[in-house]
Amino acid sequence: MGSVYRARDLHFPNVVKLVAVKEMINSAPDPLVRKTIVQNFEREANMLATLNHPAIPRIYDYFTQDDRSYLVLEFIHGKDLDTVIADANGFLPEDQVISWAIQLCDVVSYLHAHKPDPVIFRDMKPSNVMINHNGDVVLVDFGIAKTFQSGQKGTMIGTEGYSPPEQYRGEASPLADIYSLGATLHHAITRRDPRLEPPFSFAERPVRRINMNVSNEFEAVINVALQYAPSDRFPTADAMKEALMNVARKTGALSKISAALPVASGGGSGIKPLWSFKCEDEIRGTPTPHQGMLFIGCYDNNLYALNAADGQFQWKYATEGGIVTRPIVYDNNVIFGSEDKRLHVVGVRAGKVVWTYYTDGKIYSSPRIADGYIFFGSDDQDLHAVNVNSGRAIWKYSTDAPIHSSPLVANELIYFGNEVGGFHAVDFRGQLKWRFQSKRAVTSSPVNRGQAVYFSSVDGYLYALDAGNGWPIWKFRLGKGSVSSPVLADDFIFVGAADGFIYCVDARNAKEVWRFRTENQVSCSPVIYKDSIYCGSVDGNLYCLEYRTGRLRWKFESQAAIAGSPVVFDDIVYFGSTDHHVYALFA
Amino acid sequence: MADFFKKLFEKKTKAKEQPAQQKPVDLAVTAPLSDQQINSILMNQYLKNEMKQLIASVGQSVGKQREHNEDSLLALTTTISGGADNIPFGLYIVADGMGGHQFGEVASNAAVRIMGGNITKKFHSYLYNLPTQILQESLQEVMETSVMEAHQYVQREAPGSGTTVTAALVLGQQVTIAHVGDSRAYSIFPDGRIDPITRDHSLVKRLEELGHLSKDEVANFPHRNVLIRALGQGEALEADVFTVPFPQGGYLMLCSDGLWGVVSDKDIHRFVAEAPSLPRACQNMVEAANAAGGPDNITVILVQMIG
Repeated sequence: MGSVYRARDLHFPNVVKLVAVKEMINSAPDPLVRKTIVQNFEREANMLATLNHPAIPRIYDYFTQDDRSYLVLEFIHGKDLDTVIADANGFLPEDQVISWAIQLCDVVSYLHAHKPDPVIFRDMKPSNVMINHNGDVVLVDFGIAKTFQSGQKGTMIGTEGYSPPEQYRGEASPLADIYSLGATLHHAITRRDPRLEPPFSFAERPVRRINMNVSNEFEAVINVALQYAPSDRFPTADAMKEALMNVARKTGALSKISAALPVASGGGSGIKPLWSFKCEDEIRGTPTPHQGMLFIGCYDNNLYALNAADGQFQWKYATEGGIVTRPIVYDNNVIFGSEDKRLHVVGVRAGKVVWTYYTDGKIYSSPRIADGYIFFGSDDQDLHAVNVNSGRAIWKYSTDAPIHSSPLVANELIYFGNEVGGFHAVDFRGQLKWRFQSKRAVTSSPVNRGQAVYFSSVDGYLYALDAGNGWPIWKFRLGKGSVSSPVLADDFIFVGAADGFIYCVDARNAKEVWRFRTENQVSCSPVIYKDSIYCGSVDGNLYCLEYRTGRLRWKFESQAAIAGSPVVFDDIVYFGSTDHHVYALFA
Repeated sequence: MADFFKKLFEKKTKAKEQPAQQKPVDLAVTAPLSDQQINSILMNQYLKNEMKQLIASVGQSVGKQREHNEDSLLALTTTISGGADNIPFGLYIVADGMGGHQFGEVASNAAVRIMGGNITKKFHSYLYNLPTQILQESLQEVMETSVMEAHQYVQREAPGSGTTVTAALVLGQQVTIAHVGDSRAYSIFPDGRIDPITRDHSLVKRLEELGHLSKDEVANFPHRNVLIRALGQGEALEADVFTVPFPQGGYLMLCSDGLWGVVSDKDIHRFVAEAPSLPRACQNMVEAANAAGGPDNITVILVQMIG
């Protein structure tokens, strides 16, 4: 067999980048067998390199030297589940195990869906499941090592105690992974090590006889996974995941998970920002990263340009009012509106003014660019269309109230709300296509997917309208009104509300998937990056949640309310707080 | 610094554009098209000239082994043109009743009429009033309340009976579905895909989802017709209500288990794709189900959006 080394990647001399190097010794005496083993290793390494999942370590490199082969992969900070079980005082909480189980089903399902051939993990057991510093699972020790185990008869792989009966006959199928997953969960929730018991004796050790605190429902899921006959188990990892999600919904685990979990070590107030930058007043806007720079407006009337890597001040541009709009970069110019009623266009490099455009009201609506026009709303109740090069007005569309909502341009229409709840769809010539009336202000900015457009309203609903004609498809009741702009990922839509919750709703049928409680209003608009959702709250925290379950990954506490939205770029989260600071954190 | 970026950026975009323009033509390889593909392309071109509209056709048969028809259907297609808007509106419902003393007929018939009446009443002012008005109620709420009304009626007037109901409300490009039981809605695409939109509320499906039955066992399960949810049954009824886009360039199909349980997906797709018209496609599917024994009542609605 071989060893795993912790190593440092010297391609990056200025930072400490740790990697794991797995060494495998080729001890086969026959040269032809040795050659086959190396070829198998290289084939597997190439296959692994194509996998891309948060619960699978990334492969950076592989090589063979003499009788040893090496695999260079992502270093996982954390403990393996075997150690977690052994170190725990008493039983692990059910909610915690369910949450890991859901993640394991997720990654196993990903592997089984691999094309052209499904990847069978073959060796699911607690010691191959790492719990990383975020409390998430990562699968380690892929079947790759198996090619080096010569001398064993046939294709006996997997670990006794966790392997299903058919694996002892040399069959490796997706259903074998389901069984091993069941065995792993059985071990985790009962603390009875199956390696110390006769094979396939799980039925003689019912979960609830050992651990009374486990729900009937969760026991039932484990039992189905552990059925002797493969056809009696869950047909797929997805089916098992769904069963687990149902258990989690019933037992309330989904909402409890975040509370029950010790927040990521290094979480809580332990998270150190990469850098922070102090302005002279509150920040309520959203930053924009662009080619190594970060632009953000502030209530001290300035637009700041910072170095995105270290927060170094580059330049600032003074307007005559507070800036909450999100700047947009176009053709080496930064474009943004201000409470001084003007749209400002300044050069990216030095912050020199290019042109300004006057409206008759304060500007809270962020500009959007499409087809050579800039679209934005103003407190003068108009939606303005301005030529992006000349700054000349093309047309204005007048409504009956100030416009704080930032327009969405999609399907050749411009969608926006106003402060009396009118939601408008206007075409590129400034003609109204349709209007929908909600009961209170629509301050949030719409998002769309396909033929539907989504937004929240101060009337306490999240709306889905037909983008073509404004028909309401569904309404979802929030606890209180919302000015938070929704965001979409997979089939889910996410939004914050004044009741302090961040909601996740199924975009097809308006059913709630999860909700996460913060300590105060959520006026921030969430953003999705990889498998996380980032959202600030008036309670002063920036939250990072796993977006499929709403489980808290970490939170970062600023000194005052966070009203603006974060932006994530290149694994770094940038956001401003009313404590006057701009922060950069590792995502 | 910014100039430097600018230079870098400009070069890149140029480099990207040029090869695209000079792409040699003779590298392109195309497979010959089948007659069917050519026909469907020609058909689509022809349809492009039409006004945007829904067309629908239906088929129904008592089958070969039952005495009563306990299936009901409703198909309502409306096209109004003349204002600025011309939004196609269609309502399609299939219900498959069950219960003794002919109450199955009563239940399915009541379900389609009450739901149909309720939904059209809600849309009356939009369709026939001037100026037209958009509903405040959402499409999914309209569907939910209509299912509940039908549910209460069946409980009151035909106690002990029940019915499946699969209803599709088409408005513009959206299809809003309300579904209880094991009748089905499908999206049928020209490229051969036939995707079920609904999920059966049946014992066999439930066991399959729970992993208690293998594929073979599902096919031979003795209680295939046992429902776990039906309109008219139980106190609280939860219908599946959701919205999907109308299948682009394809068909929406609603049917009872007298069709989908007897005729394979592949054959259904073939009948739909090869028939010269929607009525013929419906007729062929019903005939195929009868030819395969016609064990149950057969109902099908086929909808296409053209233009």
